[in-house]
Amino acid sequence: MTKARIRWHILVFLAPAVIIYTAVMIFPLFNTLRLALYAKIDQERVFVGLENFRTLFFDPIWSEQFWNALGNNFWFFLIHMLVQNPIGIALAALLSHPRLRFAALYRSAIFIPTILSFVIVGFAWKLILSPIWGIAPSMLDAVGLKSLYAPWLGKEEYALTTLALVSVWQFVGIPMMLIYAALLTIPEEILEAGEVDGITGMAAFWKIKLPLILPSIGIISILTFVGNFNAFDLIYAAQGALAGPDFSTDILGTFMYRTFFGFQLQLGDPHMGSAIAGAMFAIILVGVCIYLFGIQTRMRRYQL
Amino acid sequence: MNKARSNPFNTVAMHGALILYTLIALFPVFVILINSFKERRSIFREPLALPDADSFSTIGYETVMQQGDFFLYFQNSMIVTVASLFFVLLFGAMAAYALSEYRFRGNMIMGLYLALGIMIPIRIGTVAILEMMVATGLVNSLWALILVYTAQGLPLAVFILSEFMRQVSDDLKNAGRIDGLSEYTIFFRLVLPLVRPAMATVAVFNMIPIWNDLWFPLILAPAEETKTLTLGSQVFIGQFVTDWNAVLSALSMAILPVLVLYVIFSRQLIRGITSGAVK
Repeated sequence: MTKARIRWHILVFLAPAVIIYTAVMIFPLFNTLRLALYAKIDQERVFVGLENFRTLFFDPIWSEQFWNALGNNFWFFLIHMLVQNPIGIALAALLSHPRLRFAALYRSAIFIPTILSFVIVGFAWKLILSPIWGIAPSMLDAVGLKSLYAPWLGKEEYALTTLALVSVWQFVGIPMMLIYAALLTIPEEILEAGEVDGITGMAAFWKIKLPLILPSIGIISILTFVGNFNAFDLIYAAQGALAGPDFSTDILGTFMYRTFFGFQLQLGDPHMGSAIAGAMFAIILVGVCIYLFGIQTRMRRYQL
Repeated sequence: MNKARSNPFNTVAMHGALILYTLIALFPVFVILINSFKERRSIFREPLALPDADSFSTIGYETVMQQGDFFLYFQNSMIVTVASLFFVLLFGAMAAYALSEYRFRGNMIMGLYLALGIMIPIRIGTVAILEMMVATGLVNSLWALILVYTAQGLPLAVFILSEFMRQVSDDLKNAGRIDGLSEYTIFFRLVLPLVRPAMATVAVFNMIPIWNDLWFPLILAPAEETKTLTLGSQVFIGQFVTDWNAVLSALSMAILPVLVLYVIFSRQLIRGITSGAVK
């Protein structure tokens, strides 16, 4: 056997991507996890093991904030799963109807909120829902429901749900597009075969189309999960880093920002921030693993 | 054709539902845009009315132009987005070509290693990224953002582009080799032009999150001269929160460039998403 000659061009092709990816993404990721095991004591970085995580989970001051943010984050995710994805699927089902006119127009219009930045979305809704401007109360008044109005973003019990719904409004275009793409790949013959057997309309959707698009729904769920558990921008734009009122809209992203970067009187603590990042990493990793090994492999895929 | 699938009642109901949702999707944007052209009193008295001769005013835009450096912010956003896209596409395509074209030891592992980043958000590593940027003096420079967005975009770019590059015919590449072309020439002259549609998809996918990101500009480049449009409008609105004319105008100015880009690229974007590139 002769020694294989080094094919330099492979190295040249791979090097830039691998170097940037490793240096700016993978290395900092592990470095952050490493920093979570240190603390700053008397201006010096000292190895403290899992002490930061103990503080985060059990110290009364920290743990209250952490569990609050985590709980809020799960609620945020739940609303997306229960509202965003069904609406997205319903819109996609309507749009994929074979003889629907103006489908392209509807599709483009409904996708517009998704391209807007969080800053625009956060402030636009803040203004619209604000009691000072009065668009929301006067519109509710027009349909006789004025009594339902409350300054939703200012009330602890409604603020998080309101923001989750604003986020749903913004991102409904993504499940809509992905499901729409999946529905288009279903061959006409299958639907016609169903019609011959008397399965039409809603029944065709539930019995034929839905089982066929389940893998896409799985992908949407995991994308929603990862997206929600590192969300930050919308809450920051609408409620600021303190995620008011009284931390009722605090999620892991805003909690980590406040902790490591510092805010107002609170000094930044990179090590506690890293510990929160570590917790977020673990949650996302668990979610992705459940999806990859628990859901994706068990899902029945039909050969079309 | 079956009757149930072309029932006129169903058609009306379908259009009704879609029109309703389209209105919900567009209403906030519409309200912001029309009110940005009104004087203060009409904004409050008749928020839903279109601006007319009486209520028309551009006072908000004048304030924005005087107080905020929106051209600079816009320019920064443009530089960051275009440069990041360029590097994502160039380096992503090169790596994708190496992985899909050549057999070498570690090919599989390298592919998996690069794919890791598709699911794991780069934000988790922010603390260490900030430390690194401070140590290298890149903090408060556009390069910090460009590097981060390039790293963030590469995994999905490599994944999508290598799928497409596998479909490029071997005969073509081998014909090039027989003609004595170098591997680099084959890549740049023969392969790249053929995967242009896939490159457009990757570009459009990456463009929106980079342009709209608030997290990294806030942490890595908050200085006045490196603010992006997203961060700049966030800070501006925070300062002018009681000046409704200025806030509404700033929001409109942040919406318009994105809307124009969307109208230009929406076809590409929608084709990209629906072509199944994200399966």
